[in-house]
Amino acid sequence: MSVVRYRQWSVHAHPRSLAVGLLLVLLALGSSVLLVGSGEYPMSPARVVETLTGQGHPADVFIVQEVRLPRVVTGLLVGAALGLSGAVFQALVRNPLGSPDILGFTHGASAGAISVIVLFGGSSAALAGGAVVGAALTGVLVYLLAWRGGLHGNRLVLVGVGVAAILTGVNGYLLTRADINEAGRAVLWLTGSLEGSGWGNAVPLLLALCLLLPVVLLGCARGLRALEMGDDAAYSLGVPVERVRLVLLVCAVLLTAFAAAAAGPIAFVALTAPQLARRLTRAPGPNLVPALCMGAALVVCADLLAGRAFGDQPLPAGVVTGVLGGAYLVWLLATQRRAGRI
Amino acid sequence: MDHRSDRARLRGEGMTLAYDQRTIARKLDVTVPDGSFTVIVGPNACGKSTLLRALSRMLRPKEGHVLLDGADLSTMPAKQVARTLGLLPQSSIAPDGITVGDLVARGRYPHQGLLRQWSREDERIVQESMGSTGVAELVDRFVDELSGGQRQRVWIAMAIAQQTPLLLLDEPTTFLDIQHQVDVLDLCADLHEQQGRTLVAVLHDLNQAARYATHLIAMRDGQIVAEGEPSGIVTAELVEEVFGLRCQVIDDPETGTPLVVPAARRRAAV
Ligand SMILES: Nc1ncnc2c1ncn2[C@@H]1O[C@H](COP(=O)(O)OP(=O)(O)O)[C@@H](O)[C@H]1O
Ligand SMILES: [Mg+2]
Repeated sequence: MSVVRYRQWSVHAHPRSLAVGLLLVLLALGSSVLLVGSGEYPMSPARVVETLTGQGHPADVFIVQEVRLPRVVTGLLVGAALGLSGAVFQALVRNPLGSPDILGFTHGASAGAISVIVLFGGSSAALAGGAVVGAALTGVLVYLLAWRGGLHGNRLVLVGVGVAAILTGVNGYLLTRADINEAGRAVLWLTGSLEGSGWGNAVPLLLALCLLLPVVLLGCARGLRALEMGDDAAYSLGVPVERVRLVLLVCAVLLTAFAAAAAGPIAFVALTAPQLARRLTRAPGPNLVPALCMGAALVVCADLLAGRAFGDQPLPAGVVTGVLGGAYLVWLLATQRRAGRI
Repeated sequence: MDHRSDRARLRGEGMTLAYDQRTIARKLDVTVPDGSFTVIVGPNACGKSTLLRALSRMLRPKEGHVLLDGADLSTMPAKQVARTLGLLPQSSIAPDGITVGDLVARGRYPHQGLLRQWSREDERIVQESMGSTGVAELVDRFVDELSGGQRQRVWIAMAIAQQTPLLLLDEPTTFLDIQHQVDVLDLCADLHEQQGRTLVAVLHDLNQAARYATHLIAMRDGQIVAEGEPSGIVTAELVEEVFGLRCQVIDDPETGTPLVVPAARRRAAV
């Protein structure tokens, strides 16, 4: 552990975590450039960079700014939001399975979005609103069901898994009520895709991140580190446990909600990003910033892979993260169970 | 030093302690004499941990209140309390992959802030805490690779690093073998005598309690049955009343403090 000191100020710096974060940012930006350059009208990375710095051909500028850049930016932001929310949830419940994909918040977002499609046939803005409301309501429901004079990690996991199962049923039912076009639209949304993302998808998420990141990273991160040692230990260190936990829970649910609103439920990024990040940094603690960078890198890389790897039949990014993340989940369950951690 | 003095920075008045609907203690008054090594004894589930949790702000009394330096604990900011009063809980979780040095350093939390994350003073105090608990040479080891005795000393080092004049320890010796129990208790006695801290510990072993305590509190069913200097209160009648155990109380040959010798199942016929 290293320290940066200046006068009476001092800040922790974990060199390996900084290096990992930097590499992940470079990976995310590099993939972003490739992603902007790929499609029916390919551009070389050099030309992409030229265009991004404002020196390109007007036609290039139009394609980059209006079509490709918003999609990539949405991907980066969605990944960052999911990585961070996953890291917060996993640290809160002290369990590597505690991610919004598994605790029901993602299912809540889906239920909200499908309801909007099926019941009101709403626009994509209404759909995004439905996703946010759905996730937020699920958050309230899980909190109320799990709260008993205090919020206990394992109880939150069990209640969340139960709510997720119920919502899966609800979502299935809603789909059967839809006509075939609506159902198609809903299923596409449920896969999680960056296809057709515009600035309208990126901007609300960007605003949410601007609001939530300081609260999580500056306001609560140190308290969350103490919470990892158990409630009693955190209390005795002077952490206002219930307040920190409530604030973090609200922030993490909102991050999930706005990410889903922007691109649909891109599977398993929130589950895998924090675990991959901490294996790279080898630092104890919730590793919030590395998880955030990892999430952003994962989503853009998945989108790049989805668009390139399968010929001219591009896949939604959610399919790639779903397959890779699912494999990771099986591996996690197999190894951690043996180690007695779950 | 007169441990029965009225000066007490930490006291609980008329506390009713409950979890949900389940009441553990009613109208309980407790005083922790300043500068004492107070030890709480009592049978399992009589409410010792609950009392410590109330005294350290983790459990809010249903009625009554806890006073720290004359102020109601529940109205004080959490960090301010944590700079005066520390608690080593009965069980804590060492985060995955944390080293001894990192864990002990976390004890400095209440003295730190967003822009004051690791001062030279923090560093010095963490070194000292590891030195006085004998874990300095383990600094780079992973906590989950340590033996039970070593791990307990690491947690105590973390509590010491918090630098609180009042320190509460919930069963610091449970699960340790006898040699490490004595190590930990000697360490507590040093903290009490050399650093002048006020200590409150829950202990299982009555004889150790009688030997180390300057002030002993015997509890049963959420009530205090007796308190005072061990030599003044530990009698065969008290042990029978609190633990339901027939015994003799003799003088400890080492220290002269009361020594409880449980009655044999069948008294040998002479
Ligand atoms: N978090 C809790 N919720 C409900 N009941 C509890 C909780 N913690 C302890 N208890 C109950 O309170 C009683 C006293 O527990 P405790 O104070 O831990 O006893 P001791 O430390 O003396 O063994 C026990 O009956 C225990 O079951
Ligand atoms: Mg106990």
